Amino acid sequence: MATIHPKLSDELSQTVVSSTKSVKIKIKRSNPNVNSEQKFDDFVVPIEKWTTVLDVLLDVKSHLDHSVGVRYSCRQASCGSCGMKINGKPGLACFTKISELDSDTVTVEPMDNYPVVRDLAVNMDRMINNHKKVMPYVIREDSEIDAESGIREFLQSPENVEKYIQFSSCIKCGLCNSACPTMAMDKTFVGPQALAQAYRYIADDRDKGKNKRLKVIDESHGIWRCHFAGSCSQVCPKGVDPAMGIQLLRGYLLGIRD
Amino acid sequence: MERETGAREGLKGWLNPSKIGKFGIERLAWLLMRLTGLGLLAYFIGHIYETSHILDGKAVWDKSLEMTQTTEGHLFLALVIGMCVFHTGNGIRLMIAQMGYGIGKAERPDYPYKPQSINMKGKACIYATLGMAALAMWYGMAVMFA
Repeated sequence: MATIHPKLSDELSQTVVSSTKSVKIKIKRSNPNVNSEQKFDDFVVPIEKWTTVLDVLLDVKSHLDHSVGVRYSCRQASCGSCGMKINGKPGLACFTKISELDSDTVTVEPMDNYPVVRDLAVNMDRMINNHKKVMPYVIREDSEIDAESGIREFLQSPENVEKYIQFSSCIKCGLCNSACPTMAMDKTFVGPQALAQAYRYIADDRDKGKNKRLKVIDESHGIWRCHFAGSCSQVCPKGVDPAMGIQLLRGYLLGIRD
Repeated sequence: MERETGAREGLKGWLNPSKIGKFGIERLAWLLMRLTGLGLLAYFIGHIYETSHILDGKAVWDKSLEMTQTTEGHLFLALVIGMCVFHTGNGIRLMIAQMGYGIGKAERPDYPYKPQSINMKGKACIYATLGMAALAMWYGMAVMFA
């Protein structure tokens, strides 16, 4: 079968390099579907002051090695696809500039606590399943549009919006679950992402599904498994602060907070 | 179906010292809380075993007490004092935080996002607890080695 890719040497000769700076990127490579081998491949890539880790990875894919496995989409920290471990700390590749890493060598690895699909792409099924488990939607018997009762919308005060708006910024990138030390050991822990989302809907005064949601999280591998290491909040790229949501929810469960 | 390679970090996720550098003093406090908890549990079991010798007569009891009257024994007891003080102090901090106090207020976040739950009050409490544990160890050693 004929290859559709141009020769690598041809592409390299066409690459216009205007930058005087470069960075060495070490990419962890593995393909668990083939064998258990894990290795780091090194590439040197030109950079500018605005270059992100994702730009570097795409440069590698375009000009040096087409086979690097990386998941990405929006390139603007909105889709949550390009989560990975950058110099040992979970982060979004599109939201991390090389210049802010302050290092000539950047090491990228797949996120911890997720099964690797290939290279930097991980399987996020567990997080998505836990996210679904906490019923991340407003639960109500009545409809928002009801001609008979005349209800057109569920009114909410700005103060009530403030109670949950922070937690609605979650983009499901999974960085919090990757940083969480409890996730490292407990295979049935719900995880900070889902717990923060549980709080987001419980704090929403339009929602009437509090009891259903609490049943899911009020168990030994649920909210009580969090030990407040705070790592989830430190890596969140959207300011969600899952650790805060979890502690507020605990206060609510203990009957101490509204 | 992917094999579960790298699905969980396991103990590496707990004990890797680079994690403390990356995630700050809160991660160190979390690790010390776990280790001191396990240490105190081990001490508690050992303590029950040691004090059970009182049933075997005065000679056996005196001999078992001698175990802690050595330099190593004093250092071990100083460590127990440190573990006890840290675990108590940090435990009180965690209980207050886990009731939803001292972790900030939920509100619309602005860039650059700074997590409110990881704040100076919490950090100060951790440093104070570490200081108190060190002080208690120092005092304990001063009494035992006097």
